[in-house]
Amino acid sequence: MATLEHYLILSAILFCIGVFGLLSRRNAVGILMSIELMFNSANINFVAFSKFINPDILTGQIFSVFVIAIAAAEAAVGLAIVVLLYRNFDIVNIDKINFMKW
Amino acid sequence: MIEYSYIIAFLPLLSYALIVFFFSKSNKMASGVAITAVLTSFVLSTIVLFEVLADHGPHIFEYEWISMPGLELPLSIYIDPLAAVMLMVVTIVSSCVHIYSIGYMHGDPRFPRFFSFLSLFTFSMLGLVISGTFFATFIFWELVGLTSYLLIGFWFEKKVAADAGKKAFITTKIGDLGFLAGLLILYAAAGTLNYEDIYHLIEHHQIPVIILSAAGILLFCGAVGKSAQFPLHVWLPDAMEGPTPVSALIHAATMVAAGVYLTARIMSIIVVSESAAITIAYIGGFTALMAASIGLVQNDIKRVLAYSTVSQLGYMILALGCGGYTAGTFHLMTHAFFKALLFLGAGSVIHAAHTNDIQEMGGLAKKMPITSKTFFIASLSIAGIFPLSGFWSKDEIFLSILEEGHIGLLILAIVVAGMTAFYMFRLCFLTFTGEPRNKEKYEHAHESPNTMTYPLIFLAILAVCAGWVGIPWLHHGYASFVYHHHPHHPHPNYMLMLIGTIVAVGGIYLAYLMYYKRSIDPVAMGARFKGIYTFLFNKWWFDELYMGTVIRFVYWFMEVLYRFDQGVIDWFVNFVGRFGLFNARFWQTFDVYVIDGAVNGAGIVTRWFAGGLRKIQTGAVQNYAFVVFLGVVLFILFRFM
Repeated sequence: MATLEHYLILSAILFCIGVFGLLSRRNAVGILMSIELMFNSANINFVAFSKFINPDILTGQIFSVFVIAIAAAEAAVGLAIVVLLYRNFDIVNIDKINFMKW
Repeated sequence: MIEYSYIIAFLPLLSYALIVFFFSKSNKMASGVAITAVLTSFVLSTIVLFEVLADHGPHIFEYEWISMPGLELPLSIYIDPLAAVMLMVVTIVSSCVHIYSIGYMHGDPRFPRFFSFLSLFTFSMLGLVISGTFFATFIFWELVGLTSYLLIGFWFEKKVAADAGKKAFITTKIGDLGFLAGLLILYAAAGTLNYEDIYHLIEHHQIPVIILSAAGILLFCGAVGKSAQFPLHVWLPDAMEGPTPVSALIHAATMVAAGVYLTARIMSIIVVSESAAITIAYIGGFTALMAASIGLVQNDIKRVLAYSTVSQLGYMILALGCGGYTAGTFHLMTHAFFKALLFLGAGSVIHAAHTNDIQEMGGLAKKMPITSKTFFIASLSIAGIFPLSGFWSKDEIFLSILEEGHIGLLILAIVVAGMTAFYMFRLCFLTFTGEPRNKEKYEHAHESPNTMTYPLIFLAILAVCAGWVGIPWLHHGYASFVYHHHPHHPHPNYMLMLIGTIVAVGGIYLAYLMYYKRSIDPVAMGARFKGIYTFLFNKWWFDELYMGTVIRFVYWFMEVLYRFDQGVIDWFVNFVGRFGLFNARFWQTFDVYVIDGAVNGAGIVTRWFAGGLRKIQTGAVQNYAFVVFLGVVLFILFRFM
């Protein structure tokens, strides 16, 4: 029988994978995907807490739907940036994009 | 009319203003305006004279001027018989000189300027005559000094003329200092400067005699300067560098007589103060003798006349010092006419012969009949020959000295009369008679134009007749008009008249022998008495004496002051400058290193920090993300552990 801890551990694993991907991926698309992973781990948390703590009120589920919607928007913006980067500088490697500095 | 007598003085001032502002380019208008003004003044003076003859006055009209607590200085007009006579003298001589100047100054590039100055002088002199307070007198006194300076230096292109102007101005200024000091003493003692009030106070013995003596002698210092008395006489002969009409008007007839006029005005003091009277009498007597002796040997026609003027002024001062108010002022009047005539005659001669040196003249009587005749008349008059005007006034002076009991001074005065006769006729004979000594100049000589000869004739008439008002047998006309306190009619002293005449004739006869008959050789005489001759010819070495003492002292003092200036004042100024510079350098250093250093330092430190910190901003997004996560992790660790 799966308990809250299982979900939380899954969520934590997902989150850590996401963080690792965010920090280590070179490809901008990969970074966006890692961010999605982190969103999803958060969603799992929302839903798990909702189910195990207060199953009568669907706050967690609704919140995760919001997150998905916002993540979609975020992904759209992020992808647009990546497309523009590719068009203008012909790169998607995030290491090379370091001109936002002094 | 008499209450409006200030108009007499102000007409020439108006003329001065008109010439300066409107007619400075027009010779005709300038001379016309000036002559109209002075002639009108003359007519008005005549009216005033008749009014004063009817009522001796004094007529006093006061005008408020400076009025504040503790200082009351009104201006006032004081017309007494003396002032009325002086008004006549000044306006008559001034009119003659104005008219004469048309001819004499003809062709001068600064013709209108000359007339403007003449007008200004006439204004100042008339103002001096009518002013009723010592203070107003002082103002006009300085004004006549100024115009004298302007007119002596009228031909300022000539260095001698400019120098003579300066000499006259500075020398008289020394006397004027005395005048000012006397005036202040009088004001301190009396609290007023009005003639009338001061006379009143003196009469009622309100002022101590010692103060009166001091004030009297100091005021007399002013007269010494202006009337060229010893020891300040040196400026007058040099003043002859000015145009001759100026010499006639200012340095013979009127301005130099201002000193005598002032001395007459302080007669109340002289009467009270024995010491002042003695000082004045002896200075006058000494001046008369000294100047006459110098006049004996001079060769410049105008200088002889200048020394003669100094000598005659000494006479007047001598008479006044002996209490001879009537005698002194009477001689002042007669002298004004015949001396103006002599100067104008000399001007006419110079105009014709183009030289001042009588040794280059001779025989001019044939060429210049009017000038020579009038000149002879004036010479007879000044020599004191009966019945010309000089005879009467000189006799009055002798009488007043005799009455005072100064036998020594009387003998001196008689000797001077003989010398006067001698040098005047030496001048006449050398100029007008004998063979021409300079043919070329003689050929060019000619009689002067009418504008010059008419004034000569007019003045010649006055030189003969002006003295008749003082004939003792004719009711003492002058003495019962111009007097101090009460009319004084001394009995005619026939002895003195005789002595005076003998001395005068003797002087003339000696001159006749030496310079007309040539039976006594003047050159041989000069060689025989070489010491005296050199002494007199060099004017008693007064100029050299002053040069060696006073002026040398002034130069020495100037040198000391120069050193002081250079050594102390300049040093101090330089010190202040150097200190300022040093101070500025110090603050510059402070500014550059401390203030600028602080400002730059702030910048440098900021940049240094920023240089370190900017490395954090890598621009790599993943770094930022890592830091964020690290922060979150750390936060959680610190929060929950």
